[in-house]
Amino acid sequence: MEQQNNEMVKFENSPPTGMQVVLREFKKDKLAIISFLGITFLIIGFLVAAMFLNQEEILKIKLLERYTEPGVNGYKLGTDEAGRDMLGQLVIGAKNSILIAFAITIITSIAGIGLGIVMGYYGGFIDNLFMRITEFFMTLPNLMVIIVFVTIIPKYGIFELILIISLFQWMSTARLVRSKALSEGRRDYVSASKTMGTSDFAIMFKGILPNLSSILIVELTLNFAGNVGIETGLSFLGFGLPPSTPSLGTLVNYARNPIVLSEKWWVWLPASILILILMLGINYVGQALRRAADAKQRIG
Amino acid sequence: MWKTIVRRVLLMIPQMFVLSLFIFILAKQMPGDPFTGLITPETSPARLEELRIQAGFYDPWYVQYYHWITNAFQGDFGRSYTYKIAVSTLIGERGLNTFWLSLLSAIFIYLIAIPLGVLAGRYQESFLDKSITLYSFISYAIPTFVLSLIFVFIFGYKLMWFPTSGTVDVGLEPGTMAYYWNKIYHLLLPALTYAILGTTATIQYLRSEIIDAKTQDYVKTARSKGIPMRKVYTRHIFRNSLLPIAAFLGFTITGLLAGSIFIETIYGFPGMGQLFINSIMSRDYSVITALVMLYGFLTLLGSLLSDIIMSIVDPRIRID
Repeated sequence: MEQQNNEMVKFENSPPTGMQVVLREFKKDKLAIISFLGITFLIIGFLVAAMFLNQEEILKIKLLERYTEPGVNGYKLGTDEAGRDMLGQLVIGAKNSILIAFAITIITSIAGIGLGIVMGYYGGFIDNLFMRITEFFMTLPNLMVIIVFVTIIPKYGIFELILIISLFQWMSTARLVRSKALSEGRRDYVSASKTMGTSDFAIMFKGILPNLSSILIVELTLNFAGNVGIETGLSFLGFGLPPSTPSLGTLVNYARNPIVLSEKWWVWLPASILILILMLGINYVGQALRRAADAKQRIG
Repeated sequence: MWKTIVRRVLLMIPQMFVLSLFIFILAKQMPGDPFTGLITPETSPARLEELRIQAGFYDPWYVQYYHWITNAFQGDFGRSYTYKIAVSTLIGERGLNTFWLSLLSAIFIYLIAIPLGVLAGRYQESFLDKSITLYSFISYAIPTFVLSLIFVFIFGYKLMWFPTSGTVDVGLEPGTMAYYWNKIYHLLLPALTYAILGTTATIQYLRSEIIDAKTQDYVKTARSKGIPMRKVYTRHIFRNSLLPIAAFLGFTITGLLAGSIFIETIYGFPGMGQLFINSIMSRDYSVITALVMLYGFLTLLGSLLSDIIMSIVDPRIRID
């Protein structure tokens, strides 16, 4: 009985913003659970499959077998113009695209969260200064600037690409965290911590940050989907990964040749459909999380 | 009102200045120079050096920047090295194509989004509403280039309903009815692709506006006066919910511009997006800098426009 009372008191005192509430709400959404499991299995499947593939063997040029149709000669998805196995390239490409998007998400989150909390917590001059910088980055035509950057870097690979994209993708997280930290910083528990002499760093990252976790998990999931889109889009245009490193985007890039687009569908269509599935699945999970985190939209 | 608009416009000046400096320095870092592409057996290296000096290629960057920015203020963004015409003329030509494409897309967006948004809001939680929500989710999640490629593949190559590239067929007399019709025909598929991708925000916004409006007092008043529900929707709710949609116009313009790089590349449509990609390939600095500046300017203008329209249609919102 007493325990129950305690729980009720706890419920009344703290607004339900914790991760547990989000997860509890999320579990009620069947379709979201299915897409979450599906996407997770898909991603893990591709990552594991890529480990067992011989990348050099797949990327070896066999001109005699160029544009083999699917199912012929043991090529389940056919081959491209250089006779490379499309199924193998699809697995490696998916692995690369997923890992790149993952890395960009982590880098931009760390930068965005750190900057956002500092801006929101300290306010004043620091907030003003970094807000102007953030606004400047937001007004940039990002896609164009990234393309210009990619052409400037003389020798670039996966690592450089991740850094360049990250440089122009941290703003939305920073702005979101700032606005939340701004209102969170005025709460009593923050003032209480301050009077007790807790260091600013501890208040920001041990006090405020956990209270933002439910919003952040939504933001990160949606960012991850967005980053898959950006990397594949850039690679599609020819400004992402170099053609020697397959990504889902470079595979779709073959479709810029009208003959491939109209007649050799097996070269570009599987990669396009995989991008589509990834985008739909991750975005769906993200939106379900958002519904779960937003008290107004709860299913009940 | 005017004061805030003027202030916002004035605030754009430092932003544009920093953007121009940023872009100019970036463009100068690009490897190779536009003259390397001009080397033929007849041009001597000495002549090439002369050309480079003439174009101010060896001046310090701030001198080059000064020349560029003062000329830019007079509408002179230099000459395109690859197309051999003034950048302003070139962008004007391509910009006009992009403009028509964007205009048609915007029309399509509203033609698709307004009925869907109204229906979804009116029949909330019905099967229709759920289908529309699913549609708007898919159109939100699908990347531009994937949808465009699938459309070109299905409607262009398999069904052959639409042309797959260009703005107009060759051999048609400019000025004739057939010529203009052919131009619109070339615009249809890219504009439709654009529109499908751009409907999400409008549908969602309109839907939630209408759901909100249902419980408002003015709707209850109208109902109690005996006005049939159908009329309440078309006369009262619709008008009130439509105004904020107008405010999205600014963001719609910006969104259309961002998508133009993919759409124009895939549909082989000679607009500004395609020009940008081609200029990057040929290291055509003057075109690249001018285009990035233009896109940055339009992004700023779009958000300003949205704020202004918003404050006109809803005086409770103040911009500052």
